[in-house]
Amino acid sequence: MRVVRDLEWQGLVPAGEGEYGEFFAAAAKGRLLIQQCPECGHRQHYPRALCTACAAVPEWMEAAGTGNVYTYTVVRQYGVPAFAELPYVLAMIDLPEGVRMFGGLTGIDPDNVEIGMPVTAYARTYDDTHAMIFWEPA
Amino acid sequence: MPSRHPVICGIGLSDYPVVPHLNSVQHHALAARRAIADCGIEKSAIDGYVSTSGGGPGQGDDAVSMAEYLGVSHRYIDGTMVGGSSFEFHVQHAAAAIRQGLCDTVLVTYGSDQLTRMGRVLGTGGFQRDAQPVAGAMQMATPYGLPLVGAYALAARRHMHEFGTTSEQLAEIAVGVREFAGLNPDARYRDPIKVDDVVNSRMIADPLHKLDCCVITDGGGALVMTTEEIARDLSQPPVYVLGAAGTQTHWNIHQMPDFTEMGAAVCGPEAFGQAGVTPADIDTAQLYDSFTITVLLMLEGLGFCGRGEGGAYVEEGHLRRGGSMPTNTDGGGLSSNHPGMRGIFLLIEAVRQLRGGAGEAQVPDAELALACGSGGWLSAIGTVIVGKDRPS
Repeated sequence: MRVVRDLEWQGLVPAGEGEYGEFFAAAAKGRLLIQQCPECGHRQHYPRALCTACAAVPEWMEAAGTGNVYTYTVVRQYGVPAFAELPYVLAMIDLPEGVRMFGGLTGIDPDNVEIGMPVTAYARTYDDTHAMIFWEPA
Repeated sequence: MPSRHPVICGIGLSDYPVVPHLNSVQHHALAARRAIADCGIEKSAIDGYVSTSGGGPGQGDDAVSMAEYLGVSHRYIDGTMVGGSSFEFHVQHAAAAIRQGLCDTVLVTYGSDQLTRMGRVLGTGGFQRDAQPVAGAMQMATPYGLPLVGAYALAARRHMHEFGTTSEQLAEIAVGVREFAGLNPDARYRDPIKVDDVVNSRMIADPLHKLDCCVITDGGGALVMTTEEIARDLSQPPVYVLGAAGTQTHWNIHQMPDFTEMGAAVCGPEAFGQAGVTPADIDTAQLYDSFTITVLLMLEGLGFCGRGEGGAYVEEGHLRRGGSMPTNTDGGGLSSNHPGMRGIFLLIEAVRQLRGGAGEAQVPDAELALACGSGGWLSAIGTVIVGKDRPS
């Protein structure tokens, strides 16, 4: 997964406590992680300390970094200064591994986004060792 | 043996929509005073208290603080907080407590000075000016700049994709609710609107326009619930709680299992089953209209129409004054009032209709009413069915 080093990140950042921190640290190294349960095989995202299906301890698994748009919105008004550059696209992405992930969708005119379109993940750092996942047209 | 069937015997509204002289606690108090006066019960008879903070952290209007402020010595207390639908869950809990004998008479209150304190920024995030790191599961969405409106827009877009629902169909919901608001002198916005006005209003987060979104106001509400037996000596006819059920499918929008199906599909049938009635028996619906899409998904989940048929159903005019299912007869959240958590107003309006006291907005011969609240991001859904007549 491509990693964009963004040393000028001005936006809100994740707190990264617990399992979240491992997820964002892996992203900064180019790995998109989801969780898989060694007991029942259930896959989940966001990362948690237990499997939501059977309560066993889940393990990390690397996803391919591909997906398709499940749904999206184009944000045209938002009062938070960090997001002054409007409009932008936010989307839910279906991953072939069987989980759904929320993120920003960039590299496309908002008017051209379509549900079902294939997209690829990339990571954008928000500090030296952590990154958030974004998506762009495949 | 005296009947412990739970009833709603008193209702009270605080002042709205713009009330700069009241804080959240005072909204709770004013609504409580009016609900107690409405039914004429002795305040000392209240032995149960249910509430949740409408003002948010630091307002001092959480359940235990408010029980002290209002001077309620309770045998039963519940501070369940599931967002805007909290009050439908409160009725479910209070009804069970009354039936079980944990207490006899429950006061439910809500108050919020949201408009006065924060302005009209809830939906578009202007309150979030501090750049603190975002903890918990919200950190998977908030740092991307997801406004409240955007979360509902994700559901609306998916519904349009799967079922061909149009912006014009969603707009019909806002138009119908505005018509009722015109009959409510206190409603925030009362001038009639047309479908064109909605779809031509500013796009906030595609596909939701400004007029697809609820208003932001101040306000508060209160209920008094008691047993059928005690209600016999009070000044208002009792309204019977016939069914009350709730469920939660997710909390954060990014965890919604299916963006076109809300938990109303679970708690709706459960509440109908308890009441022994069907959607066709309901005379008026009070549905949480945080956004037009919320109502559409609720209509489908509750079974007023089939899945995916919400657009065609609302287009047929059922929700309008004189339609088969007059909805949000007080002007709803889309036009009348929405101080942040609107669930209590749904219940108050349902009771007002069953008492025959809704004035020009009265649904003729209303005997059964349904209130359905949505809390969080289409997350925690509570359905309450109330009736004018004693259940057989």
